[in-house]
This record gives sequence, structure tokens and C-alpha cells, in this order.
Amino acid sequence: MALFPTCLGQALNPAAVRDAERLLSAAGVASERPSGATCCGQPAWNSGFVGDARRVARRTLRALADAQTVVVPAGSCAAMMRLHWRHLFHGEPEQELAERVSARTFELSQYLVDELEWRPPDPATRSEVAYHDSCHMLRELRLHDQPRLLLAAVAELHELPRADRCCGFGGTFSIRYPDVSTAMADDKLASAATISAATVASADPGCVMQIEGRAARVGAGVRVVHLATVLAEAL
Amino acid sequence: MSGFEARAAAALADPRKRANVPRFAERAADNRVRGLEGVDIEALRAAGEAARSRAIDDLPALLDSLQAKLEAAGAVVHRAATGADAARYVTEVVLRHGRMVVKGKSMAAEEIGLNERLEAAGVEVVETDLGEFIVQTAGEAPEHIIIPAIHKTTDQVRDLFEPLAGRPIGEDPAELTAFARDHLRSRFLEASVGITGVNFAVAETGTIVLVTNEGNGRMCSSLPPVHIAVMGMERVVAELADLAVLLPLLTRSGTGQKITSYVTLLNGPRRGDEQDGPEEMHVVILDNGRSRVRQTPYRSVLNCIRCGACQNVCPVYRQVGGTAYGWVYGGPIGAVLTPLLQGDQELGHASSLCAACDDVCPVKIPLHELLLGLRRDRAADSAGALERLAFRLWSFAWSRPRLFRLTVRLAGRARGPLPLLRRWTRTRNLEVHR
Repeated sequence: MALFPTCLGQALNPAAVRDAERLLSAAGVASERPSGATCCGQPAWNSGFVGDARRVARRTLRALADAQTVVVPAGSCAAMMRLHWRHLFHGEPEQELAERVSARTFELSQYLVDELEWRPPDPATRSEVAYHDSCHMLRELRLHDQPRLLLAAVAELHELPRADRCCGFGGTFSIRYPDVSTAMADDKLASAATISAATVASADPGCVMQIEGRAARVGAGVRVVHLATVLAEAL
Repeated sequence: MSGFEARAAAALADPRKRANVPRFAERAADNRVRGLEGVDIEALRAAGEAARSRAIDDLPALLDSLQAKLEAAGAVVHRAATGADAARYVTEVVLRHGRMVVKGKSMAAEEIGLNERLEAAGVEVVETDLGEFIVQTAGEAPEHIIIPAIHKTTDQVRDLFEPLAGRPIGEDPAELTAFARDHLRSRFLEASVGITGVNFAVAETGTIVLVTNEGNGRMCSSLPPVHIAVMGMERVVAELADLAVLLPLLTRSGTGQKITSYVTLLNGPRRGDEQDGPEEMHVVILDNGRSRVRQTPYRSVLNCIRCGACQNVCPVYRQVGGTAYGWVYGGPIGAVLTPLLQGDQELGHASSLCAACDDVCPVKIPLHELLLGLRRDRAADSAGALERLAFRLWSFAWSRPRLFRLTVRLAGRARGPLPLLRRWTRTRNLEVHR
């Protein structure tokens, strides 16, 4: 089984990737990081540069070719690979391979809950946590319950008001329109401030980067972490 | 700064707008959710999409039928290829009858800058939809497709209305509305021409449908001796039965209402033995790029019924309002429609691609997919030259694991192309979890 760390995971959140590894191992699955996998191609795909997206995704696709299962600790990358790769590689020599890998690719919580039917063990203490939905994970992969089920097993889960509203990351959107993007993050922090949970978890390193980066800048008293980290802390 | 970025910055710097737009957009979005309780919305959306797609597929034939029915009923139909042509025709008709126009809400009229054209010809135009009246009094443009004054609260409306009234009115919405009603009543009676938009036009029967909550559309279309209806050519639907699907979709998606206070079905001008209605009725059918769009992969955008639901849920629209999109249509539908009709290619990027719009669109326009398509078009165009180079370099590096690891290590230490990095770090920290 391959755990694809994703570009943002490798660059900014290696801890969450290690936590995902620990979770998989607690669930009885040994994972490997495929050598040579870089990025799913999403930054270029979402900017309209299909050829560049394919050039990068092809490298990752080949690195994942032999994996029986691919687990991705990032909602939007999982959506890119499960839903958009078939379009990206349509009519290419790798079309068939891309379809095969897409069908074997799962977002982390989706894999733990739907495929392994795993639940975390009861923790010693339960903290208060809220969950923020990743747009593509929610509205493209339609994964709503899976991360919440896992979090509710280890924490007092609070529903973040408008949890489904975009945090403003949006990949290149966040640097194309930084002021709008930041205002969107402020909306998210304002929403988090209305509930008692001190931790907001997200299954997307991009959302974590955005919400946490803004929270740190304005001194918002909320901890923003990857879902895998919250779950691994309870092991 | 690019066009959208600069306009967005101006909107973000307006504290009243920033407070009001999200508040009222959210209220409208919540009303929609409540209005859909107990409704099989997926079935209704599928039926709505089917009715609209059928209409756009058959557009030329349906427009011929609409025109024939309207003409048989005594209306004059003018097909306008461009906004300038439409505005010229309307101005000519108006000038034949007088210098005073009452006007109902019409996004097509906004699109062609009709008020400015009429005013330049010496015609007084009075907006009669309350929201449009507020916006007109303020000398501004509508911020929302169906809630033009979404960015204003009652104290701001008071400050606009009291100088007109020459007396204190206060902030009570009922008092403010009463003033507007009183103020507009005499205008309805004085006007020589009423201009309205068109929500739907039924080809089968030659019926112009107006959907309003204030009754002003009905007054504009029946009190003055001349009524001019301005419609985008894609407003047409095949048959009356389509309204059974599209009317509730429009009102429930827009305001959460089962039906609006007034639904007006007009079949031509007053006939000999009738008591009411205009002596003359003109219907202007506006193309303005639509038949070109119809021949592209973006055809489904013409299915739009202008309910505003996509704006209400859009996290970008919430921040910046509608005029930041640079033309008359804001939010996701504007980010798609404006590049297609007006050519501002950048707008395809004015979205975080969160896809909330896709989930609420009553006629299932794949807005997210269309935005991606626009980005592809732009990437292939010279407008994206610098960006193309950047992505070339990026894909060169990231298709090579060693270079990938190097750049990733640098990024983790906040090293990278400085201008890009600054666009992140100016407002946010770059937090790393090793």
C-alpha cells in the first residue's frame, strides 16, 4: 500500500504524513512512500495548464503504478486523482493506467472508515475539536461523515458553523488574490471563534496551511491541525 | 494589480459593504434552504435543466415562434444583435412618445447600459424596483442579480431618501418603503413609456412573464401607454408547462418563496375591447454574444434563470460583492458569463473553485467546470504568457523527483520565488510541521 504524501504534505506538513503512517499501521496496514511521486498536478490543472499538470502527474502516476492501494492524506489531491486524472490522461498512453490507479486511490479517512472499517481506540482524554470540510473532498468526493466519525471517536466533536464554506485557500487562488483569500480565512476564523472547540482539524494540508497561517498571523486562539495529527495524538 | 484584484481591494476597503453583503447573502441562502424543505429539489433541478437545455437547443425555432405569436397579438418585436443596437431601438421608441420612462428591474438593460443611453438622449429614467431605486439614487450599480441594494442597510437608505423627500423619514423599513411607493406612484402615472425586463418568454403562446414582489413590473407594463420589454434571447422557454417547473425553481432558489407576490403573464398590448394595458408593446430580443456562446462548450451557461443562488453561497462574492466582477453580473455566474459575453478573461480565476455554486444552481449549470474551461482558454492565450513560463518551469522541476525534493525543502524554509512568497506572507504565516 502506498501513502502518497503530496507536495504540500512533504513541504509543509511532514508531521501529518508520519501521523497518517502511524494511523494506517494502528489499523494494521503497512504503508510505503512511493519513491518518485511528487504532486498530483492540481496546481496547474486548476490554473488551466493541462499539459504541465500532465507532465507532473505522469511522474506521480508512474511511481504509483504498482501499488495495490494508494492512500492520500489530502482531500483535494484525492479528488484530483480519483476524478480528474481520467480526463487528464484521456487519449494518452497512460489512460488505462490512470484509470486503474484512480480506482485504487482513497483519501485517508475514506480508506480508514469505508475500506478498513477501522475506528480509533478510546483515548485517555477527549479534547474538543471541530472539523473544517475541504471543498473538493466534500463536494467532489462527497466525503462528509468519514472524518467526523473518526474525530468523534477520539474527541468531543463540535460542528463548526458553515464548516462547508471555503477557507480561501484554493491553491493558486491564494496568491493570485491574497486579500480576498485572506478575508475568506478571516471568515473561517470568525466562525471558529463562535464555538468552544480550541482545535480545528482539516483533512487537507492546503486548508491547514491557509487557516493556520492566518490564525498565527492575527493571534487567533485556535489550533489548526491536520486530521491525521489529531487522530494520531489519541493513539 | 489586475482588474479584479484592484476592484476587490476597493470592495474590501468598504466596511459597510463588507458587513452587509455577507449578511444579506447568507439570509437569502438560508431562505433558499428553508424554501426547499419538503421539496424534491433534485427532481426539480433535473426537470429545470431539461426544460432549459431543450429551450437553448431549439433556440432559433423557439424565438421565431415567440416572435410570430407576439406579432400576431399586436406587439412589435425587434431582434438586436448588439447592446448598442438594442439601446438605439429602445431610445428611438421612447423619444417618439415622450421623455419620461419608468423602469422595472432588468439585467439585460443593465448589460446594455440602457439608462445611460436614454439619459444621454435627454430622457428621464426612474427605476421602480425598490432595490434598483435605492441604487439609482445612490448613483451606483446593482451589487446582486435580484437584490440590487444588498450592500446597503436602512440607515444608508434613509440618508439617500431624506434629501429626495425633503423631510425626515427615519430608518423604519416600512416608512422608507412608503416613501418610495408614494414617490414612484406619480412617476408611474406621468411616464410615457414603461420598460421592464423579462424573466421568461413562452414560445408556444407568445407570453412575456414577469416575476416581482413589488408589483412594479405590472405597473410599468400596464400604466404607461407604451411598454418595452427587454430580454436576453435565452429567456425563451418552449411551452407554458415549463413554467410549472421554472417558476418555483426561480423563486425558491432566489428568495425561498413558493411564489412571488406578483407573477405577470403578458400576451401583447391592449386589444380593442380591453380596459387596461399599453397601447403599444415592444419586445427587444437581445443577442449581444449569446448565439456565439451557444456554439461553444459553454452553452449550458445560457440555461441560467438569474436567481442569484450561486452568488449567495459564493465565498468570494461574499467578500467583494457584485460590482467587483467588473460588469453587471457578479458571483460565479458573472465569473463565467462576463468573459464569454464581454471578454474579461481574467474573471475565470475569480473563484477558489469551491464548487458551492454547482450544488445550488437550479438548472445544474456546471459552473466549476466552466470556470476551469475559461482558465484553459486563458492559459492557451497570450494573456497567460508569463504564467505559462512559470508553469513550464514548475512542471520541469516537479516532474524530476530530485528537483522536486530540492524545491520542497526550500519551500519548507520559506524560500522560493520572492514575489509569489510575499503574496502569501504579507497576510499569513507559513507554518511548517516537521
